[in-house]
Amino acid sequence: MEPFTKHAGKVVPYDMPNVDTDQIIPARFLKKIDRVGFGELLFYELRYEEDGSPKPGFTLNDPRYAGGSVLVSGPQFGIGSSREHAPWAIQQYGFRAVIAPSFGDIFRSNCYQNGLLPIVLSPAEVDSIIARAQEIDGYEVTVDLEAQEVRDAHGFSASFEIDPFRKENLVQGLDDIGLTLRREEDIASFERARG
Amino acid sequence: MAPQTMFEKIWDSHVVREEPGKPSLLYVDLHLVHEVTSPQAFDGLRLNSRRVRRLDRTVAVADHNVPTNNRDKPLEDEVSKAQLEAMQRNADEFGLEYFDMFSEKQGIVHVIGPEQGRTQPGMIIVCGDSHTATHGAVGAMAFGIGTSEVEHVLATQCIWQAKPKTMEVRVEGSLANGVTPKDVILAVIGKIGTSGGIGHAIEYTGSVFRSMSMEGRMTVCNMSIEAGARTGMVAPDETTFAYLKGREHAPQGAEWDAAVERWAALRTDPGAQFDALVELDGSEAAPQVTWGTNPAQTLPVDGRVPMADSFDSSQEQAAVEKALAYMGLSGGERIQDIAVDTVFIGSCTNSRIEDLRAAAAIASGKKKADSVRALVVPGSWAVKRQAEEEGLDRVFSEAGFEWRDAGCSMCLAMNPDRLSPGERSASTSNRNFEGRQGPGGRTHLVSPPMAAAAAIAGRFVDVREWN
Repeated sequence: MEPFTKHAGKVVPYDMPNVDTDQIIPARFLKKIDRVGFGELLFYELRYEEDGSPKPGFTLNDPRYAGGSVLVSGPQFGIGSSREHAPWAIQQYGFRAVIAPSFGDIFRSNCYQNGLLPIVLSPAEVDSIIARAQEIDGYEVTVDLEAQEVRDAHGFSASFEIDPFRKENLVQGLDDIGLTLRREEDIASFERARG
Repeated sequence: MAPQTMFEKIWDSHVVREEPGKPSLLYVDLHLVHEVTSPQAFDGLRLNSRRVRRLDRTVAVADHNVPTNNRDKPLEDEVSKAQLEAMQRNADEFGLEYFDMFSEKQGIVHVIGPEQGRTQPGMIIVCGDSHTATHGAVGAMAFGIGTSEVEHVLATQCIWQAKPKTMEVRVEGSLANGVTPKDVILAVIGKIGTSGGIGHAIEYTGSVFRSMSMEGRMTVCNMSIEAGARTGMVAPDETTFAYLKGREHAPQGAEWDAAVERWAALRTDPGAQFDALVELDGSEAAPQVTWGTNPAQTLPVDGRVPMADSFDSSQEQAAVEKALAYMGLSGGERIQDIAVDTVFIGSCTNSRIEDLRAAAAIASGKKKADSVRALVVPGSWAVKRQAEEEGLDRVFSEAGFEWRDAGCSMCLAMNPDRLSPGERSASTSNRNFEGRQGPGGRTHLVSPPMAAAAAIAGRFVDVREWN
């Protein structure tokens, strides 16, 4: 997993609540058996016309937000299915962080597993970032995981909470399984105790 | 010791390691695997030369992709075929017990777990599927995980979890005739919203759940995730024990008696505190029909679709406008004036024998509307066999409903069963998200009797007035 310490990038706003994982990546694309090629399928129905051409008006097709790497959206982002294909698609499109007022629980833990940073800010802070992204050409934010802060060059800054364990793993790019297998003695003794 | 909730008892008995301020390492009793969320996990094991730690606590089944008819013919969808072949290969290579689509024990993963008695009170159960909370109906802590976590559990039999808060959802009273467990859980989700349960483990309490069958409790727990909660559970009682007794993997003989004693002690202690309480009057509950594109957008069947301008914030109004446009509704329509094209009775929410009986009771002696396509997809081969013994298949066939083979089917349209763009369904499944049942498909979530009645009338009707 690629370590995450600090990232500066262009904001892509998608001002909608309840962006569920079926919208992020429809189920028919979950049949692939490898981990690659999901970026072009991200937000498929919202993003493409039936003939495969880009749908005008959708945020990923807006030239102002091309090359964006910080996705900012409404509350309950990532509710629904446990499909890890959702964070894979977001990450493979080029996003390093998603900012929203709240996240679906399973989506959020899936993000951590892949080094994609889910950041909870207050609704007012999220609205403020979305408004700036709509008004300021090429609007960028810096996501500073070590300082637990999101800031821009125009005076905006907001701090965020993160579980210290998750933070440590992200900063070091640690593989959970390797970490757990170091606890082999604990697992084996638990199994012995239960018979 | 301080009084504890059932959730806390289950949590505490599974802690392998804990440190202050960190997630706990929990032991997993049962890991259910299916073909969609596992191939990349097995790849990870291979890449690192890791094995499956506890084959005796792991079982796999094909359910999401499988066709529900013509299984003897080659699969039309090459990509589905490749995924099912990968599951078979991985099961063979790693030595997993696996039910392919020709096995008489095959079915939806959340139907076969309880049905085979694998799902037991007090367990921690995980599966790469968000509807894993279904198994909480027996008094287990069951939750969905992603593919990286599937790999983690395969390799270590453990999972890191931050302890959620607890929420009691108490529904007292008794349900009116025609009101089902599905209507209760939709009403709960309608009340607390899609985020109401985020970060919480739910325990469903009160006379309505106490008097519910196991099948009904499974329907309720199944949809915990639609309220945002990864897990939901009902305390084990005589109904639970009667359901489990004699099932293939349930304890037998003296072990059974010891197990029942242990399971009975799991119940939440008097005086234990939950972090949140939600209350609903079960006697007031009505059959529900969702009108929008998330399960919280639900109404009693005698209601009218809301207008966008009846909502306060501009963000809510925009979201409702988007949902109405997607659903092909303008707002203000009577629910009972909405005509449906397709009826789907199935899914891990509502495909058990009791669901099929309830739907058949409505369809019996009637014919579906000519304009409607109606599918009945039993949750497992065992359910299908039992339904056929009871003659339910004939009831459905005579009413013009198609009687299919077991699988997830039109709940998420990974197999050939799906809606066409603009097509409208009455569906007993769990999600009405945009595109869930096929691109452009319009889903209204309902109970099995409401779905059967919609198939016959060609539109939504109030089953409380059905004759």
